[in-house]
Amino acid sequence: MKFSDFISSEAIKADLHADSKEDVIREMTAALLEAGKIPPEEQESIVKAIMKREELGSTGIGRGVAVPHTKHPSVQRLVGTVAVSGEGIDFNSLDGEKVQLFFLLISPPDRPGDHLRALENISRQLRDDTFCKFLKQAKTAGDIRQLLEEADNNQFVS
Amino acid sequence: MTNCDQQIIATASSTATDLSWAAGREPQTTVKPMIEMKAVRSVVLTNPQGLHLRPAELFVKRATQFQSKIEIIKENLRVDGKSILNIITLVATEGTPLVLEATGPDAESAIEALAELIERNFAENETTEEQG
Repeated sequence: MKFSDFISSEAIKADLHADSKEDVIREMTAALLEAGKIPPEEQESIVKAIMKREELGSTGIGRGVAVPHTKHPSVQRLVGTVAVSGEGIDFNSLDGEKVQLFFLLISPPDRPGDHLRALENISRQLRDDTFCKFLKQAKTAGDIRQLLEEADNNQFVS
Repeated sequence: MTNCDQQIIATASSTATDLSWAAGREPQTTVKPMIEMKAVRSVVLTNPQGLHLRPAELFVKRATQFQSKIEIIKENLRVDGKSILNIITLVATEGTPLVLEATGPDAESAIEALAELIERNFAENETTEEQG
């Protein structure tokens, strides 16, 4: 699976205003809402479901990366977006580090395989230090789009 | 669910230096005998959601309680069992056969604990199943 298969290009955000976990999730789902990827009446329910998952254990998996996610019946296919915070946000990460890169995923409840393939793509690409570093330095949504496109074309993974 | 093809390989050497070269590491200066234990176990993943983030995290938590190097093998992929990011790259769905391999002083108990974790479907935390 490639980034372009599940990342909504119009919902990508370069400079998060949020300064808390819940605000990050709210800001990212709002971007998906504006991009027409989730129904307006479901946003609150999606935010709550993602926060509930975070209570089980942070999805801040280290290296300044978090993958907040949930299953939700309001989507028919895997929906995702990317956001970058220049300063980093406290996300109760497993390694205690602040998080700069956020990959938010919403999956239909009956498609666990797609969720796994999206996670695989994210983790495989992020193992590349150059990709990780460039993404953290991205200043505009356009920068992020270009980096994801390059990653999809295997320009980072050897 | 576990095949019984566990194997324990133990090698001992009177000089640590010799063995450390054989294992591809830097030579060590200690002179006490070094024992390299290796344990291998085949398991089948029965979790309907596959090896997603939460079970990967539980696996890493358990794996890091052991000194041994832990690896998970799926077909021709071999990853560090103490890294969530690496485990996720396996895309292990329900029914995937995996091989667990531990190398180090507590290899056998590590394999035992990790195979049990997978066999019990990561059941330490019952609520993980629904929330991914």
